[in-house]
Amino acid sequence: MADTALVTLTLLFVAAAAGAAVLTRDPARQAVVLSLLGLGLALLFTVLQAPDVGLSQLGVGAAVTPLMILLTVRKVRRRRKRDG
Amino acid sequence: MTGRVRRWALAAGLAGTAALMVAAGTGLPRFGGDQHPYGARAVAASLRQQTANTISSVNFDQRALDTLGEESILFGSVLGTVVLLRQTRDEHRVRPRPERVPAALRRYGAGLLPVTLLIGLYIVAHGQLSPGGGFQGGVVIATALHLLYVGADYRALERIRPLGLFELVDGSGEAAYVLLGGAGLLAGSAYLANVLPHGTFNTMASGGTVPLLNAAVGLEVASAVVVLLAHFLDQAIEITDNRKAHR
Repeated sequence: MADTALVTLTLLFVAAAAGAAVLTRDPARQAVVLSLLGLGLALLFTVLQAPDVGLSQLGVGAAVTPLMILLTVRKVRRRRKRDG
Repeated sequence: MTGRVRRWALAAGLAGTAALMVAAGTGLPRFGGDQHPYGARAVAASLRQQTANTISSVNFDQRALDTLGEESILFGSVLGTVVLLRQTRDEHRVRPRPERVPAALRRYGAGLLPVTLLIGLYIVAHGQLSPGGGFQGGVVIATALHLLYVGADYRALERIRPLGLFELVDGSGEAAYVLLGGAGLLAGSAYLANVLPHGTFNTMASGGTVPLLNAAVGLEVASAVVVLLAHFLDQAIEITDNRKAHR
């Protein structure tokens, strides 16, 4: 029973974070929300007893992907600021 | 095709996919059950091969060829990114100025870097025993190094990150996997077959080729992520284009 509650709770968190990621328009903020979504998915995989996938998700989804987005945003903004 | 026809084609496609998904879903085992035909067979096979972590047994033994494909996808996509993000003729490099970092952030980075690095190495080394392995540990190792960028600045990260070496290790990790697969052929078995002695269950030296293939993936993933982020960081921090100067 506690299992089901935990799975339901993390699923709700993932749905909320994914919804927030779609609704966020500013890419820099979106990277932070995506990081939260990555963390939520890692938690979900862990409570579903898939810690291997959870670890991958934690590294890639919560750290590397948001960092790549933030770096891309920085590059684009720097160019725009100089040109504009 | 007019917009109307296109919308109908899309609706038909979506409806078909939805119907197939629902039909497939009804054939699935019940959620959370403890009986699963594939799971039971995979666990039995991994116990036979003396590999404590069934996931690693599936990744590096029972389905080792799939992992070769995955590793090559990462290798190929990092290679493509390196080519796309290279410094072109109309761009030049500006050395970043040393950054002033808040003391708290500096302490956080300095404290967390060695711990994260150690956790990453542990996850790679124990891939055949506990959750984790080359891919997960490799990503952790790569992110650990980038705590130096957070806690100090880009110049500090560049000093401990000889890019040429990481590119070499990236290629070597990929090559090691391909060659280890060949060892199976030389031993008179199939490509990527687990031909080494299987060792004692639940010890570091168990699982035959599993820890070796796992280490190859660890090397490849750690360096691939470092190389990938290096080119993103270069573009975001150092490389600027000369368009303004020419006009």
